[in-house]
Amino acid sequence: MKDRIYKALVEIVGEEYVSANPEELYIYSYDPGVAGPRRPDYVVLPKTTEEVQRIVKLAYEEGIPVVPMGAGLTLTGLTVPLKGGIVVDLRRMDQILEVNERARYAIIEAGVTHGQLKAYLERHHPRLKHSLPDAPPSATVAGNALIHGQGRLSQQYGFTSDMINGLEVVLPNGEVCRLGSCAVSPYWFSRAPLPDLVGLFVGWLGTTGIVTKLSIKLYPRKKFRDVEVFVTEDPELVPEVVYRVTYTEMVEDVDIWAQPYPPIYAGLQHTSIYLTGDSDEELEFKRRMVWDALKDIIDRREGGFMMLTPDMKATLLATPQPSVARIADVKKGGGFSYVGAIIPVDRFPEAYRRGIKISERHGIGTYSFMARVVGRGHALMFAWSYPFNRADPDSVERARRALDETDELALELGGIPWKPGVYGQRLIMERMDSTALRLLREVKRLLDPKGIMNPGNWEVS
Amino acid sequence: MLELKHDLSKCLICDTYDCLTRCQYLKLDVESARAEIERLAKGSWSRVLEDCVTCYACEEYCKKGNHPFYFIVEEQERRGILTAPKPIVRQWIQLAEPLGEKPRKARKPLLSMCFFPGLEHVLESRLFEGVDVIMGRHVFCNLVYLHFAKPSLIKERLPKVVEAIAQHGVDEVVFYHDECYSTFTHYAKAIGLEVPFKPIHLFEFLYRRLRELEVKPLGLKVAYQRPCSSRLTPEKEHWVDDIFNLIGVERVEREYDRENALCCGSIFKLQGRYDLAVDVQRRNIEDMVKHGAEVCVFNCPNCYWTLSELVAKRGIKPLLMSQLCQLAIGERPKGWTG
Repeated sequence: MKDRIYKALVEIVGEEYVSANPEELYIYSYDPGVAGPRRPDYVVLPKTTEEVQRIVKLAYEEGIPVVPMGAGLTLTGLTVPLKGGIVVDLRRMDQILEVNERARYAIIEAGVTHGQLKAYLERHHPRLKHSLPDAPPSATVAGNALIHGQGRLSQQYGFTSDMINGLEVVLPNGEVCRLGSCAVSPYWFSRAPLPDLVGLFVGWLGTTGIVTKLSIKLYPRKKFRDVEVFVTEDPELVPEVVYRVTYTEMVEDVDIWAQPYPPIYAGLQHTSIYLTGDSDEELEFKRRMVWDALKDIIDRREGGFMMLTPDMKATLLATPQPSVARIADVKKGGGFSYVGAIIPVDRFPEAYRRGIKISERHGIGTYSFMARVVGRGHALMFAWSYPFNRADPDSVERARRALDETDELALELGGIPWKPGVYGQRLIMERMDSTALRLLREVKRLLDPKGIMNPGNWEVS
Repeated sequence: MLELKHDLSKCLICDTYDCLTRCQYLKLDVESARAEIERLAKGSWSRVLEDCVTCYACEEYCKKGNHPFYFIVEEQERRGILTAPKPIVRQWIQLAEPLGEKPRKARKPLLSMCFFPGLEHVLESRLFEGVDVIMGRHVFCNLVYLHFAKPSLIKERLPKVVEAIAQHGVDEVVFYHDECYSTFTHYAKAIGLEVPFKPIHLFEFLYRRLRELEVKPLGLKVAYQRPCSSRLTPEKEHWVDDIFNLIGVERVEREYDRENALCCGSIFKLQGRYDLAVDVQRRNIEDMVKHGAEVCVFNCPNCYWTLSELVAKRGIKPLLMSQLCQLAIGERPKGWTG
């Protein structure tokens, strides 16, 4: 059978883009986090929607698991093929098909990366930008959007998933459908006013179909961008700082970070506040509004703005942030993972305090938190980071235990683990409203009656 | 030799109160200044302690050999006055907390770059050929804590810093940052600390180096941004003019230069005095523009980092003094586009 499936896949995409070689399958058996190894049977790299369609039809007919993959950077094992089968690596589908300057959206294929879209817009549409996450530039836009990712514009415009105007999806039976305005119009400009079927493919972690194209919203790119960092030593103050800063409606992005190294940062919380403007006057006006909003905290001597050297500023203004990669290698050995959880802003203090304890308890060696404000303080994506040495099984196991405990903490805080791995999914489903859980199961069954799409994920027992 | 202890009785019989009447931030007339001094003498509340922006200037304004700035800072600490928000003070304390760096044997000429990571590129010049360089927390002079009303921390750390520098085994040390030079020539004495090496100011070192090299007159009009710590050692300020004369630049005689210099404003922002920082920076830079400055020259890296972008936006090129000297010997400092 293996040989037959392999030949069928070769028939669809050509020999060059199919592999059943153990060394290549090995690469796809991991992601950069602690998940794996679970080896797929095949890896295939389609170029077109039609090829995806044929692959899925084949898998559907044969009852073979299919795991869609962008850059495979979720760190929670979402593209590790838990039940084997075919990994569909979408990175050859890398065309930017259209940018509508006036309606501010781009139609892109599923393999377009953030680095690619950023560079393209800078060159061809300098007045537009998209919400760039602090992931490696090789992360795909579609991947980030479909897992409810966040980026540099999340404070203003919400989750990246909120920025989806429409999708082209290959359903588990191989049919192709378009969702959003593109279902009835040549313009991929809106999800409204139709019944919102896009939600059937967002947050489902590839268990309901394979997205092959999407329309993503773009936003004005101002000429100047600057950053101020507000420092506190009491985590209880952070929700208030966020509330005040977001109230001004003057800022683009707000991130909170904390780490003990270098020592200058130890024991303090840093709120990075990003400002943009088309002139010095606009920037200065916004900066003053932010200072005024925090003035009485400064006057009470409970918080203040730190001095930034040019090097510090350059690091903070870089997109994506290189510091993320530096933290990732702090233990050497190339292992890094984190639990990102969507939590209410006012749970920040507890998330911070208990996160430090988890790091200590599992011998992680250092704590490192980053929280991104989403939608004017409607939510925080709080990320507890755990670097580990991949060559040291004990280090990997300690990180795994810390991650699992952090998933539990996120739920205890009233939050929800973001892009959860299997363990996190189980915890979520245990707490889920029973009718919602049943609905989830029924919708999944309706779309994927044979259960071939990324099996092992969102599996209701 | 200077008497480095402050004597309040001298202030009570002072007839000018220069320390307060010349202060560019407190703006006190003679009568108000006298009243404030009397309050201070009685140990009562005084707005001087609350409103002092810690610019160091009163140390230079006092012509009676007293040390008002040290007194103010000591009193601020004694009375628990916070000159800046607590997390900012903590951050600065942690910034230079020694991490067990070990001194090594060094050779002359030895240059201390204090603790300015990111500034190493300024040493890529013939001016510093053959110079042994040290940098790190263990040689950080700690004087900055005067801004944060923490003289006790300086007193705690400085003896170890002096010892660490001395362990390099060199009897004279060139200090890139004015603040270090002023610490080892002035503040150390004020706290009764013996310094077993001779501090050399960067400007003196540069002047002597320039004399050994071929120098081309630059013909530039230059504004000089005095750093706060230079108020502690005004006797060495002549090196600025000596260098300028040697390399053929004109120091624009503007309002906010020499004893009337304005702070770069960075410390004001740390203290939470945003409006004051913006106003002082605006006046300072307007003054440079008005007097036709083409270049703004700095000693202090913090002043440089704070004002660089702002002066550049007004068409004035920011340079550290050593970079200006590089131009005079035909080198192009990093980022120079002239």
